[in-house]
Amino acid sequence: MKNNQFDFAVIGAGVSGAWIAYELSKYTAKTCLIEKENDVAMGATKANSAIIHAGYDPVPGTLMAKLNIRGNELVRKLCKKMDIPFRQIGSLVIALTEEDEAKIRELYERGLQNGVDGLRILNKTETLSLEPNLSPEVRGALFAETAGVCSSFEMSCAPAEVAENNGVELIRNFKVENIRINGEYTVLVSSSGQTVSARTVINAAGVHADEIAKLFGDDSFIITPRKGEYSILDNNCGDLVHHVIFQPPVKFGKGILVSQTVDGNIIVGPTAENIDDKENKATTFEGQLTAFEGARRSVPSVSERDVITSFTGIRPIGGKGDFIIGFSDFNNRLFNVAGIESPGLTAGPAIGEYVVEKIAESGFEFVAKENFDNNRKVIRFKDLSDDEKNKIIAQNPLYGRVICRCETVTEGEIADSVTRGAGARDMDGVKRRVRAGMGRCQGGFCGPRVMEIIARELDIPMSEVTKFGGASRMTEKEMI
Amino acid sequence: MKMNVNVAVIGGGPAGLAAALECRKNGIDNILVIERDKQLGGILNQCIHPGFGLHVFGEELTGPEYAQRYIDMLSDTDIKTLTDTMVLSLTPQKVIRAVNTSLGVVEIHSKAVILAMGCRERTRGMLRIPGTRPAGIYTAGTAQRLVNIEGLMPGKNTVILGSGDIGLIMARRMTLEGAKVSGVYEIMPKSGGLKRNIVQCLNDFGIPLHLSKTAVEIHGRERIEGITVAAVDENLSPIKGTEEYVECDTLLLSVGLIPENELSRGAGILIDPKTKGPVCESGFETSVPGIFACGNVYKVYDLVDNVTKDSVLAGRYAAEYIRSKSE
Ligand SMILES: Cc1cc2nc3c(=O)[nH]c(=O)nc-3n(C[C@H](O)[C@H](O)[C@H](O)COP(=O)(O)OP(=O)(O)OC[C@H]3O[C@@H](n4cnc5c(N)ncnc54)[C@H](O)[C@@H]3O)c2cc1C
Ligand SMILES: Cc1cc2nc3c(=O)[nH]c(=O)nc-3n(C[C@H](O)[C@H](O)[C@H](O)COP(=O)(O)OP(=O)(O)OC[C@H]3O[C@@H](n4cnc5c(N)ncnc54)[C@H](O)[C@@H]3O)c2cc1C
Repeated sequence: MKNNQFDFAVIGAGVSGAWIAYELSKYTAKTCLIEKENDVAMGATKANSAIIHAGYDPVPGTLMAKLNIRGNELVRKLCKKMDIPFRQIGSLVIALTEEDEAKIRELYERGLQNGVDGLRILNKTETLSLEPNLSPEVRGALFAETAGVCSSFEMSCAPAEVAENNGVELIRNFKVENIRINGEYTVLVSSSGQTVSARTVINAAGVHADEIAKLFGDDSFIITPRKGEYSILDNNCGDLVHHVIFQPPVKFGKGILVSQTVDGNIIVGPTAENIDDKENKATTFEGQLTAFEGARRSVPSVSERDVITSFTGIRPIGGKGDFIIGFSDFNNRLFNVAGIESPGLTAGPAIGEYVVEKIAESGFEFVAKENFDNNRKVIRFKDLSDDEKNKIIAQNPLYGRVICRCETVTEGEIADSVTRGAGARDMDGVKRRVRAGMGRCQGGFCGPRVMEIIARELDIPMSEVTKFGGASRMTEKEMI
Repeated sequence: MKMNVNVAVIGGGPAGLAAALECRKNGIDNILVIERDKQLGGILNQCIHPGFGLHVFGEELTGPEYAQRYIDMLSDTDIKTLTDTMVLSLTPQKVIRAVNTSLGVVEIHSKAVILAMGCRERTRGMLRIPGTRPAGIYTAGTAQRLVNIEGLMPGKNTVILGSGDIGLIMARRMTLEGAKVSGVYEIMPKSGGLKRNIVQCLNDFGIPLHLSKTAVEIHGRERIEGITVAAVDENLSPIKGTEEYVECDTLLLSVGLIPENELSRGAGILIDPKTKGPVCESGFETSVPGIFACGNVYKVYDLVDNVTKDSVLAGRYAAEYIRSKSE
């Protein structure tokens, strides 16, 4: 750490923390973004449905409704500028029963109240002509034009990168475990005894936000972890559906969806199960069964045979029915951003805006930087024309060497993902940013080559490369 | 850049090399072999154990030695090679797009194409083993590359899931490098590996082979710490109550190979749902005339000697195809 006194310390580099840091980086105030893991986007932000929701779900008048609508708008605007993969494919909430039909009409009304554009109720024929692989039982659907799919990783890598490029310090592997008061500063102490001081601490610690709040004497909320299991299918099945297919919401969430991902695979899930252990990301036999049975109600031909990987995400349920965003009533050094459950990913950019607005309202004088720059460009070799490919290879020959065959990712892209702002430090970090290892061979072929590139770019021995930091080493220390 | 050739061979492993050489022997010139790795030889470069060539050469060679024989034969011909070059796509009109660091994107028009891209390994994701997703889980072939090419040990206390040949070979390799291999678990009632590999790689080292057992859960947050195994019934479903915890810091998967068929699919070639390789009516010709397939991309072989034998035939048929077209 260059100088460890800051105006703002944001705890947690998920989508919330990253967009808060992004927003703060527009101003001269000194900010750091603290993350306990080796990379950004390691919490709920890593494992979710990656849907940019239109905004017909949240109860009208809630912060959730407001930030969902504003987030959707901002995502559509900023994705181009910041080169965040996003496709506005639209969503369908399908009705399979009469009861469902009533529910989608209710959602439609709610959407209108929330100010969602582009909502329509479709009849059976219209629904099936949009999505021929849906269950023949389908009776109609609520179509939302402004919904889409994104890369949930890049939804936080991109703002974290822009924040870092504009002066925010990203501090990794710093697990806030304790605090001390030092005059007007709060000293955050990590599990390994390192310290960072800040005037205002912004708590965006996801499932752990209640523990952070407790350190400040704030026990006004409890975060309950609720897990959701998913499977990703091979992109051979990419044509199964072309929109996000939801069933009407159930008590525990938005139900099981089937959707194209931003990269053209199919995602199936999530389940919803309250758990005790906030870090329990294990997949289970039962969970996978539930996900597929649920999915087959919408799309009968979805099959486990095409699975290339499965994962679990943990929802940080705040229990208040709304996002918890604001200065703590117990300690005015603490600003909570907690209970950020779905549609938290969508709301991310709007959460950033809202937090700064609230802090400004409290009297803090933000001074805008003159040279704030949020332009971001990522070279994705696969998407370039032949001419563009040749041009980039002439500039940097590493773009001519394909390392990941399944996703056609070049050495140039992998090296760039390590060296750019808020870059990758490990195998999963590279995978999340450039998809090397995310395809059907899951890194079997490119794994050792990616290890080599990371080691070279970070100037460490290959044997020190990890899967995701900490003790997740790839190999033994000693060479043979 | 554009190139015109008579035959383009995609993949410079034993299949591609044998097919290219045979084409040349049959009087075809202007042949190009394209290989994504920096060296020719394919998967054999990491198979440093002996056991290759008994049928073709009548002597026992290591993988790299076997490959070198073909690389040497090739260098005595005018067959062109492009290494460190990845083929990105193939059209039914036999136009290949490839890319490398020096030439950029190369468009290759070819009268006939021989597919010889080999295979890939089935992964944990495809098996859908529940549990955590820690480091330390490798396919056996990836582990083989780490040990034999990179000089890195995947771990110290290994369990192997699946008794395919590569898994068996790696059980021995890991043991020789000082790791403990506590057992091989195979879901089927009998091993799919070669008898000689079971004897030489497991029995000789006292490594137990557990049949009709599979992994039902993976444990460990950062690095794998163990797996739960269970016995399976006739339908290969785990039997409740037979679960057993096995400690390990490394899990190697040797659970099957699948032909590498991205390019084949892209060219509109029919894929056999059983072999997962191209459907070839006769003479190793795929459903697209003039595109041939041989080696592991066609179907998964146990022995490289058989790959060579079949690939020679594929090369001969490709040569015949070109001759018939120019008449
Ligand atoms: C199954 C599931 C499906 C979802 N689907 C969608 C969807 O389709 N669309 C949508 O809009 N939203 C969706 N969401 C919601 C969305 O994923 C979350 O709202 C969002 O990711 C929350 O982001 P966050 O930054 O608040 O929390 P997180 O991403 O969890 O980030 C918190 C960060 O804080 C760090 N941290 C915690 N404790 C400490 C500490 N002591 N010291 C330092 N760092 C710490 C963590 O490591 C983590 O990186 C879904 C969520 C789940 C789980
Ligand atoms: C891990 C492993 C271990 C084995 N061990 C043994 C053994 O011990 N004994 C034995 O007899 N047999 C063994 N076999 C089987 C035998 O070696 C193989 O059957 C044989 O090597 C297959 O030859 P091939 O040319 O079809 O494929 P490969 O040797 O795999 O060659 C395919 C080549 O194509 C290249 N390629 C693929 N896609 C592209 C593309 N898009 N562009 C350019 N190039 C491309 C690859 O880089 C590779 O060099 C093993 C197989 C594997 C996979």
